Amino acid sequence: MAESGKIDPMHQFAIEPLFGTDHLSLGGFNIAFTNSALYMVLAALVLWIFVIGGMKRELVPGRWQMAVEYMTGFIKNLLIANIGDKGRKYIPYVFSLFMFILLANLLGLLPLGLFGLHPFTFTSHFTATGVLAIMSFSIVLIVGFAKHGLHFFSLFVPHGTPALMVVPLFFIELVSFMVRPFSLGLRLFVAMTAGHVLLKVLAGFVINSANASPLLGFTVGSASFILMIGISALEVLVAVIQAYVFALLTSVYLNDAENLH
Amino acid sequence: MPQIAQIAETYSSQIFWLLLTFGFVFFVIGLGMVPKVQGTADARDAKISGDLDAAKAAFARADEAEADYKVRDAQSRTAAQALLAKAKSDAAKASEARIAVADADVAAMIAAAEARIQAASNAAMAEIETVAADAARDMVARISGVNASDEAARNAVKAALAHG
Repeated sequence: MAESGKIDPMHQFAIEPLFGTDHLSLGGFNIAFTNSALYMVLAALVLWIFVIGGMKRELVPGRWQMAVEYMTGFIKNLLIANIGDKGRKYIPYVFSLFMFILLANLLGLLPLGLFGLHPFTFTSHFTATGVLAIMSFSIVLIVGFAKHGLHFFSLFVPHGTPALMVVPLFFIELVSFMVRPFSLGLRLFVAMTAGHVLLKVLAGFVINSANASPLLGFTVGSASFILMIGISALEVLVAVIQAYVFALLTSVYLNDAENLH
Repeated sequence: MPQIAQIAETYSSQIFWLLLTFGFVFFVIGLGMVPKVQGTADARDAKISGDLDAAKAAFARADEAEADYKVRDAQSRTAAQALLAKAKSDAAKASEARIAVADADVAAMIAAAEARIQAASNAAMAEIETVAADAARDMVARISGVNASDEAARNAVKAALAHG
């Protein structure tokens, strides 16, 4: 970045191996401990600490226990609203998914750059979101086929379809069903990437305009900076909403598997 | 775009660490801790609704007891009123009987007294007759010198007394 004031807004997504683990491998596959892996571990740790605070199991909860119970209750209500009482058994999975993504999104937004560190949002990588999406989709398939067997295919033929339309509709529904893991994974990846790119581009405006001339710095630079404040708030909202959307869509798909139509 | 540019050398590390960390999150936190947290919340909800039900039941019991008390109150009230009325009528009857006895006594005493008065007045009348007849006979003897018979004098006195 030092060279000629050129700021690459994509550099924040670069994965770098840490602690000299470049060539760590398992069965021929590289498993270097990267900055991305570090943030995955951090998200898991923060979530662990958060939930430990809710394990006091007191009848009259303190603030922390209340917060943890609020989150589990939120996921429970989401699942019961979408799936019904049978949805309770998915609380551990959807809670893990929601909180892991939420913390990943929020940790990636921390202004750690002020301390010379490089925050990283692993949910802005489709290798990560794709694994989560495939996991949710696999659970839907496993539950669907385990519960309904081949009858699960009736999901692709909505009630009251005219006989003539059964075959074309089956393929249309099949395609829309198969697209789900992609839309699930890409939505999160795109939303995170776009927000972070936007923030970096605006930050580049601030730096480059200030470097160009004081006048430009005061006009373009301060305008960009004010915009950044608003967009940072928006990004916090997007971080929460995207985690919620992921959990919500997972529970909607699980409803298809549990109850068909 | 590093996501695409670096995919060949980073995908295995990304997938490995994601499965490892998410596996920890799911198995340790999701399966190990969340059910306990949710269990505490559910137990609290159950306790609250149980307590509310108990309070409702106690309320219903209190209402029942109040209704029961009202019924018994009304019952004892009517019983007391009946007892009071009976006592009143008994007392009235008793006093009537005593008044009747006293009336009879008084009437008997009045009758005796009247009889005594009558007797006394009769005796007085008889004495007056005798005295008047004697006086009449003396007056007749003194005026006319005729000795009037006792009978004639008595008849004349009776006639005069009867005329007033």
